[in-house]
Amino acid sequence: MQTWNYIEYGAWALSALFGLYIVVDWIRTDTTYSEDVLTSSREGELEAMTEEKRG
Amino acid sequence: MADTDIGSKTMDGMGPHGTKVGLLRVLGPAHVWALGVGIVLVGEYMGWNFAVGKGGAYAALIACWFAGILYTCVAMIDSEVTSTVAAAGGQYTQAKHIVGPLMAFNVGLYLVFAYTMLEAGNAITAGYLISVVAGMSGYEGVLDQRPFIILSILFLAWLNYRGVLATLTFNLVITAIAFVAIIVLFLSTSGILGGGIMQHKALMEGAAALPYGWIGILAAMHFGLWFYLGIEGTTQAAEEVRSPARSLPFGTLAGIMTLLIAATLTWYICTGVLPWEFLGDGVNGSVAPLFDTARLSGSDGLIWLLGIGTLFATLASANGCINDASRAWFSMGRDKYLPGWFGAVHPKYRTPYRSIIFLVPIALIFALGAPLDQVITFSILSGLLGYTFMPLNIIMFRRKWPLDSIKRGYEHPFHPLPAIVLLALCAITFFAVFLGYGTQLVAMIGFYIVVSLWFHFWRYRFVSRGAQFTMPWPKPKGY
Repeated sequence: MQTWNYIEYGAWALSALFGLYIVVDWIRTDTTYSEDVLTSSREGELEAMTEEKRG
Repeated sequence: MADTDIGSKTMDGMGPHGTKVGLLRVLGPAHVWALGVGIVLVGEYMGWNFAVGKGGAYAALIACWFAGILYTCVAMIDSEVTSTVAAAGGQYTQAKHIVGPLMAFNVGLYLVFAYTMLEAGNAITAGYLISVVAGMSGYEGVLDQRPFIILSILFLAWLNYRGVLATLTFNLVITAIAFVAIIVLFLSTSGILGGGIMQHKALMEGAAALPYGWIGILAAMHFGLWFYLGIEGTTQAAEEVRSPARSLPFGTLAGIMTLLIAATLTWYICTGVLPWEFLGDGVNGSVAPLFDTARLSGSDGLIWLLGIGTLFATLASANGCINDASRAWFSMGRDKYLPGWFGAVHPKYRTPYRSIIFLVPIALIFALGAPLDQVITFSILSGLLGYTFMPLNIIMFRRKWPLDSIKRGYEHPFHPLPAIVLLALCAITFFAVFLGYGTQLVAMIGFYIVVSLWFHFWRYRFVSRGAQFTMPWPKPKGY
């Protein structure tokens, strides 16, 4: 067994860790917040705010 | 449900017309520069040299400068339009506001495919580079590249998931190191600092000057794009920069200037050291020309610096691609051009997290299952279709909303000359691509026609038709 074999295993392990983090956080977020909040983003917020100030 | 500050008008992203959780406006011009140059700089480290194989060193230089003109037009046009349409989605959002829904849908797909394919190509390259390092360090077995390909994609997806500021600050650092590495190599090998090793005269005389004549120059145009492909990605940051009207033109134009310098230096360094037959064969010859030049210099310091530069450029490109593809996909979801589920923003990290997650397996499938040249070709072709849209876009923009009707953050000079030059160069490049990859070009245009029919006859009924036009612009001239 050479060093590079250990590095290979390390890369697999880190990949699994990053993947797991993303999936766990994704599930946690989707179950904590309502769909209405999560998909409430609207385009043109800055422009709308500028218009509001002008008005 | 969590305690979300829905009513806040002081918090960034909390807008006055319905947004409870939006993307975060935290970026400056340096991040825009890092996004654009970061995506592209890998093209200086590898890929551009196929242009030398198509027509020799002079042909590659002509292609480099012609493509430089093409991309300068792209950067100027993009800077003007996007300083006005300051929303995520970049050219997709521009097309939606200026041309129409079907064009927008197609442009959105061009962007997602171009960036996702490029991300896959970068991950393949990162795996390959690590196997080269293993070989150079004395490893005798055959290194499994898959864990490194997967790690590259998942690490960068995780970074993008966690927030745009850290993502693009990371890009800024690694892109700057990769750019400085090219400058140091130039200074060290050209004779400016210490003894030079350039042999341009000997390597480019006689038949080596233009081995395939003028048709070689035309064929080289395809890979000339590689020096700059992706600079238009700066526009995807439009909804996350603090001052779009200032930062986007500044970052984009500084980016194209950086790339013109980097491209010309790269050509000069590599053609002065490597014979064109070796340099032009990017598969069996010089896979990473700048790194190969550093190896021929005999300096361990340069070998390390350019090795790190190559890896950093590759990671910066993949990182920027994840950022851009996810913003384009997110914008299409937000407008219901795709299922609205993709239009979600993470309430803590303020990133389009579902779009980031969705594109990870797609990038992995292509990175692990498709050959590099096909992946790259699909990316280039999608990009080229996007560039063809831009001149039409700016001509319509100026006609519908003349300069005195909307205040721009940047007004590009000599209109309509850049649009006409861009259109002409796109036509030449399409012909050059057709010479080498005619089947792929026809297949890809067929694919976009099929998805356009699907959008027109099925998907468009779900689009939020009124809500998608958000810019407080006056009515277009003539309407």
